[in-house]
Amino acid sequence: MSATLTRLPAADTLRVATSGSVDDGKSTLIGRLLYDTKAILADQLATVERDTARRGGSGMDLALLTDGLTAEREQGITIDVAYRYFATPRRRFILADTPGHEQYTRNMVTGTSHADLAIILVDARQGILPQTKRHAALVALLRTPHVALAVNKMDLVGFDRAVFERLRDEFLALTASLGFESVTPVPLSALEGDMVVDRGTNLDWYTGPTLLQVLESAATTRHIDGAFRYPVQLVSRSRFGERADSRGYMGRIESGSVRVGDEVRAWPSGVAAKVAQIVTLDGTLETAGAGRSVSLILDRQVDVTRGDLLTHAHDAPVLASEFAARLAWLDNTPLDPRRAYLVKHGTAVVKAKIVAIEDRLDIHTLQPIAGDTTLSANDIGRVRLKTARALPLDPYAAVRSNGSFLLIDEATLATVAAGLVEEVPQRG
Amino acid sequence: MSAATALHAFKGSDPISRMGSDPGPGLLLSHLDALESESIHILREVVAEARNPALLFSGGKDSIVMLRLAEKAFRPDRFPFPLLHIDTEHNFDEVIAFRDQRAKELGEKLIVRSVGESIRTGRVVLRRPDESRNVHQSVTLLDAIQEHGFDALFGGARRDEEKARAKERVISHRNEFGQWDPRNQRPELWNLYNARVAPGEHLRVFPISNWTELDVWQYIRRENLAVPSIYFAHERAVVDRNGLLAPVTALTPPRAGEKAVTRTVRFRTVGDITCTCPVASPAATLDEIIAETAATTITERGATRMDDQTSEASMELRKKEGYF
Repeated sequence: MSATLTRLPAADTLRVATSGSVDDGKSTLIGRLLYDTKAILADQLATVERDTARRGGSGMDLALLTDGLTAEREQGITIDVAYRYFATPRRRFILADTPGHEQYTRNMVTGTSHADLAIILVDARQGILPQTKRHAALVALLRTPHVALAVNKMDLVGFDRAVFERLRDEFLALTASLGFESVTPVPLSALEGDMVVDRGTNLDWYTGPTLLQVLESAATTRHIDGAFRYPVQLVSRSRFGERADSRGYMGRIESGSVRVGDEVRAWPSGVAAKVAQIVTLDGTLETAGAGRSVSLILDRQVDVTRGDLLTHAHDAPVLASEFAARLAWLDNTPLDPRRAYLVKHGTAVVKAKIVAIEDRLDIHTLQPIAGDTTLSANDIGRVRLKTARALPLDPYAAVRSNGSFLLIDEATLATVAAGLVEEVPQRG
Repeated sequence: MSAATALHAFKGSDPISRMGSDPGPGLLLSHLDALESESIHILREVVAEARNPALLFSGGKDSIVMLRLAEKAFRPDRFPFPLLHIDTEHNFDEVIAFRDQRAKELGEKLIVRSVGESIRTGRVVLRRPDESRNVHQSVTLLDAIQEHGFDALFGGARRDEEKARAKERVISHRNEFGQWDPRNQRPELWNLYNARVAPGEHLRVFPISNWTELDVWQYIRRENLAVPSIYFAHERAVVDRNGLLAPVTALTPPRAGEKAVTRTVRFRTVGDITCTCPVASPAATLDEIIAETAATTITERGATRMDDQTSEASMELRKKEGYF
């Protein structure tokens, strides 16, 4: 395949997150994926060869392609989420490479929050480890639809079919109840290159897809099929059209779609109006869907500001100032229930208190443990929050974009936790 | 079963066929539409949350795209921020002329602060009079941030440019010394951005983080954007230095033993004259640049930047000192 063909962008983009520990060979796998899809260019290869030699190695240490920071290269670890871009004739990919060795929850949650597909990596010699189960559970918590289980280092178990099949069956049993749309185990050797992009010659007994084929064929998440959710970012100073009230409500459609004439409501006020125009710099649209940034003009004067959410009148969220959520605690300073935090939900930022910590997941068994009084970095727990004003919420399971929020420390302004709305009060 | 048969068997159950139906005309975004909308969303979020943002505009292709995105995000309003250029005074004339012309066409305010001025006032001390001013931009930049009280700076850096950039957030937090701490970055989840910043600190914001060099050129073509002439093939005197074609200018004469030759070249990046090299190329139109970019075997910075090649971690070290 020519380099030109490989690098010409295809129509859609799949977001992929990888997780695995240092020893699983994750950096080598990503290096292999980039190398064999011709996403690595000649000068990068020359640099890797030079750096490999400088470290006393020979040939090319593919892991050096992805470890970007000095400390990572010196210590042979991955510190932070790194983003890689590559394309095949079928599709474009944004790959979030998340480290597994420390602060894995924090980085995995970050990388996985965008993902359509997660690659979970295991070492064929080690089998399914407690951390493999944690990774799977985290991916399930964030509702990433597709999982590829990369059973790496098959070369070190003699490309033994029985080893792969045992791991495959164990993983499929483990994930059967986690609600994934698809789980695809692939035996491979990142070092030798078997079944990553090329099939190689060592795994002829395996008839399933290569890892790249799994990535090329997974369905992307269709936010367009969900409920219409439009957080208002800004209100234009200019007016569109001759009416005195025709301000543009700028925002991005996070979910669903909208059409001129649709009846919408602004939350938290609940005030109703009709969509008069959908405006972009390139002209007006009849209809617009998830992912598109536009300005909406309404047919009557309403009091709508930044922080409000526009939805269809017939498909309303639940307005609540007290709700249950699962928090992934990200900051090194633990949760302090005496303190006030800020919740950023859509474009709204409101004060919030944690009124109860209901449980914390045991990181080894993922069973809830009650009785904790705090959450620390990498903990995942269920809490009850009370907010200074009501927020228009959906459960995360129903509408990802409108069921997620950030928790921000009012003093340091750091993002301290990621929140997933679990339970909102019943309507009416 | 042979590899070929296995592949065929897999294609038979291709999950692509299970994808949902087309939701209707205009509803699915092309990849450039998706990138554009993501960038507009980031620009608007930061404008809403920051007190005093500015947009870095150098006249280079990435910042040309940034200006177009600002138009898409905020027109018919004026931009809710000024444009800022940190000028080393070692820039190509064509690029500076383009910079001024573009700011004028847009009717937006352009603030220029110069590394030369920092040298003349003693804020920057050079070890050698002819050393590159590229790294010293950090001082001038941080002074300009302090002078104007900017708390958020939009930049056109992309993650595909360089390995340290691949680890940077869309919204990158800088301490009161303007430094980047890669071990202590704010996590970025979903499409939620935390653009809050304490007094004295500031944010660097990279709305085109997810764009590649190829995306930038395709967008320039789609939007019919003008770019400085030196991006297109032209005849230029150069010397071959360590595999790079170093431009011969009044500032950068040939070194002892080097011989200037005239080659057909174009620039892939337009930075400081003393550290930016053109590449040999016959590409004279946007279509030819796009075809060349799609087929290139050398990275953008690898082909053109002397400053990235001094060590494995040149960019990382500069960023920790407050670089863009």
